[in-house]
Amino acid sequence: MSTLPFLLEIGTEEIPDWMIPPALVQLGDLMRKLMDEHKLGGTVTWTEATTRRLALRADGLIERQSDSEELVMGPPKSAGAGAAGGFAKKMGVTVDALGTEATAKGEYFSFKKQVAGRATAEILASELPALIQKIQWPKTMYWTESRTPRFIRPVRWLVTLLGDQVLPVEFGGVRSGKVTRGHRILGKGSLPVTVDGYADVLRKNGVILSADDRRKKIRDEVASLLKGTGLVQRKDDGLLETLVFITECPTPILGEFEAKYLELPQEVLVTVMRHHQKYFSVETKDAKLAPRFIAVMNTSADPEGLVKRGNERVLRARFNDARFFWDFDQQKKLVDRVADLGHVTFQAKLGSYLEKTDRVKAQARAFARLAGADPDAVERAAMLAKCDLTTEMVKEFTDLQGVVGGLYARAQGETEEVAQAIYDHYKPVSMEGPIPSTLAGQLVSLADKIDTLRGCFQVGLIPTGSKDPFALRRAAQGVVKILVEGKLEKFALSKLLGTDAALREFMLDRIRYYFREVRGFKYDEVNAVLAAGWDNLVDVDKRLTALQAVRPTENFEPLAASFKRIANILRQADFKGGEAVDVKLLEPGAEQELYEEFQRVREKARASEYLPALDAIASIRPKADLFFDKVLVNAPDADVRRNRLTLLHQVLTEFSTIADFSEIVTQS
Amino acid sequence: MDSFQQTIFKLKNYWSDRGCVITEPYDVEVGAGTMAPETFLRVLGKKPHRVGYIQPSRRPADGRYGENPNRLYKHQQFQLILKPSPDDVLDQYLGSLEAIGIDLKKHDIKFEEDNWEAPTLGAWGIGWQVMLDGLEITQFTYFQQCGGIDLDLVPAEITYGMERLVAFLQGKDSVYDIDWAPGVKYSDMRFADELQGSVYNFEMADVDTLWKLFNLHEGECQRLIDLFPKYPDKKRFPTLPAYEQALKCSNTFNLLDARGAISVTERVGVIGRVRKLAVGVAQIWQAQQGGEVAA
Repeated sequence: MSTLPFLLEIGTEEIPDWMIPPALVQLGDLMRKLMDEHKLGGTVTWTEATTRRLALRADGLIERQSDSEELVMGPPKSAGAGAAGGFAKKMGVTVDALGTEATAKGEYFSFKKQVAGRATAEILASELPALIQKIQWPKTMYWTESRTPRFIRPVRWLVTLLGDQVLPVEFGGVRSGKVTRGHRILGKGSLPVTVDGYADVLRKNGVILSADDRRKKIRDEVASLLKGTGLVQRKDDGLLETLVFITECPTPILGEFEAKYLELPQEVLVTVMRHHQKYFSVETKDAKLAPRFIAVMNTSADPEGLVKRGNERVLRARFNDARFFWDFDQQKKLVDRVADLGHVTFQAKLGSYLEKTDRVKAQARAFARLAGADPDAVERAAMLAKCDLTTEMVKEFTDLQGVVGGLYARAQGETEEVAQAIYDHYKPVSMEGPIPSTLAGQLVSLADKIDTLRGCFQVGLIPTGSKDPFALRRAAQGVVKILVEGKLEKFALSKLLGTDAALREFMLDRIRYYFREVRGFKYDEVNAVLAAGWDNLVDVDKRLTALQAVRPTENFEPLAASFKRIANILRQADFKGGEAVDVKLLEPGAEQELYEEFQRVREKARASEYLPALDAIASIRPKADLFFDKVLVNAPDADVRRNRLTLLHQVLTEFSTIADFSEIVTQS
Repeated sequence: MDSFQQTIFKLKNYWSDRGCVITEPYDVEVGAGTMAPETFLRVLGKKPHRVGYIQPSRRPADGRYGENPNRLYKHQQFQLILKPSPDDVLDQYLGSLEAIGIDLKKHDIKFEEDNWEAPTLGAWGIGWQVMLDGLEITQFTYFQQCGGIDLDLVPAEITYGMERLVAFLQGKDSVYDIDWAPGVKYSDMRFADELQGSVYNFEMADVDTLWKLFNLHEGECQRLIDLFPKYPDKKRFPTLPAYEQALKCSNTFNLLDARGAISVTERVGVIGRVRKLAVGVAQIWQAQQGGEVAA
């Protein structure tokens, strides 16, 4: 049977780069779902996009759905001939064409209706507008009138080809056809295409459809620009993705700036280049910033060097501004800005940054005592940490908060320990990002984040769904990361978080997330370990590591299965324990042996190292198996039964302090 | 090479040829071309509207005493409203760049996400900043809401920053070196404005007086807004004068802000007061045009 290829192109005005990859995933999923639901055969061959178009190709669609039979139920047989006649009439047949079906409620008239398969072209044409509308965007708009469809940016053309047939579709006032558009400057505005020739026509008109190809073009051309210069591009995958999706024809150029600007801190230069201008930084082989930058154009060439000169002029102006801010800010030291924080609101209900600073200062000092850091240095860093919010540099380059404070502190003669702690105290900024590099920095960061979390929860600013305006998830994630990776083992979460149940639940969620997604532990291992307590995260980390190591050994999973069984037995018996095992009641053989093994192993299980302890616990498995094989827990004699439950209860509680093994998902 | 004024003539001609009414600058202090009634009020309702004008725009806090080559207290925008937005609006826009002498084949143009929002006006839209060789030359916005009212016909707003654009065209590193007219520099025309404006805004503006003015303009605007429901002949009602009072408030707020007289905590509240006036006026305008007004 011959099948058809399908091409969809949604031509738009420039879509924000960061929204494109997730939209493409949705587009593919929606198309697969559509083909499945209507039994059209076919698979999605690719989805691609540039800033101005979303495209999808599917192959192997059948031309027409196969015919099918649908059973339509009529009135009950007991309703008589009149009802049957009515039903037959409704179905467009005579009564003798009806059948009967036996159901639980009795016999019913029925009719086997033949349903002719619909043409794929017809189905797609009617379903595509809804498919386009179903793509979810972070923010949508109208572009001619309200009460028309919304989309991320105006839709200007549509290509809908099934084989060589145009499927008539209308969306947002645009009728589909087989005409695409090339690059705004390099291509033609009206280009007929075929399914097979699509990408090629675009390429000839200045559009590189494939994101991979655009990525490769940028990488290759950057390499050739820098060949022989002894310089390398500073790696920046996030910026690379931005550039891949903000262009249709990316072409890198190499620009220069005057070496005198290198006197400004690297962080400032890089921020200006990256965040404001979307330039790659360039560095020497020993990672020192070079007075060069790479801009990526959305066109094929810069033959007269106009683009290069234009970008250089813009950068020069930006760097001049930065230098002005730096010089201006030095007129007032950080320490003289503390009082000014009284005018900067942290949050309406939580007061100013001055009030926050006072709280964090006290907290940080206490943390320093606990962790064995210099309390004076940590307190001073906490006092100065937010002062850069009042500087011109941070007002202009908000991403540099903290960093600017650290740089200014160093320039103003604060100690290295204080300066570095200020510099780092917003870290970690992401899941993968590093925690502050010094203990002082970790403590200031911790104190700041805990204050934010407790304060916000206290006044009811609790994140819901995707809404998290105070970035509390990130703050909580930072707390977890700092405690674990900073190995701050003297910190008890119960003390840090207080008794707020919602905050504890919120934190537990982040702890789970961290160990699963960031550290890669299996979810049941995380559940098992957390069920045995999570007040000390360094300890949680150790227990998880040990559990992960012992998991593949032969005794472990069968033992976990036994523990689950024990837990079930105790639950069913509603047995709470609390008594001692009466050795006189133990039956010789399997029960006696389990008891003796338990006495032998429990000493080893109390080892301070978790791995040998878990090994010891696992070694009880043969005796546990034997017990369940030979012994009836539910003995007729009530005393014997209670004694057995007591034994099992002791085994379970004694051996569940590292992890609750009944949480482990076993094969059986 | 075109002078500042020639570039302005060319832009006006280009858009005039495309059906825009070209008006002269609005005569009340505003922070942006958007705030002139040609934009703020006329984007409301179902009546198509195309207009372009130069608007001197005051941002007191951006003043730099004439010392910064790129920052001005009072810069000039060429403000354009196309309501409803035509399908080929971006092509028309690119055509305007060609018309003022930018050969797009030799330059790099990008549209970078930038959604515009003006809390004091209850207005927002979706759009881009247009980057030419790395320089932001235009803000392009599809208005979605203005004065808190959802717009029936979506206008495209195109705002060209004239000083930047012309500095680019003339290859000047400082806006003060721009040739305004043959033999006349931008500094000849505007340096005094920048220096004296900065001195007043940052050093000499009397905070108490400004607060008094703010309260007086606010009171007058609100008084008018409150009179509207019972005013017999709606067509005669002075909505435009009421709006002027709201704009006076807005500019006074900006002056107070530049003077450092408004704490961050107060800021939200004062913005809310200005917004209330803007929204009130917008609703009256909408009602006057025969539109429905939310209660």
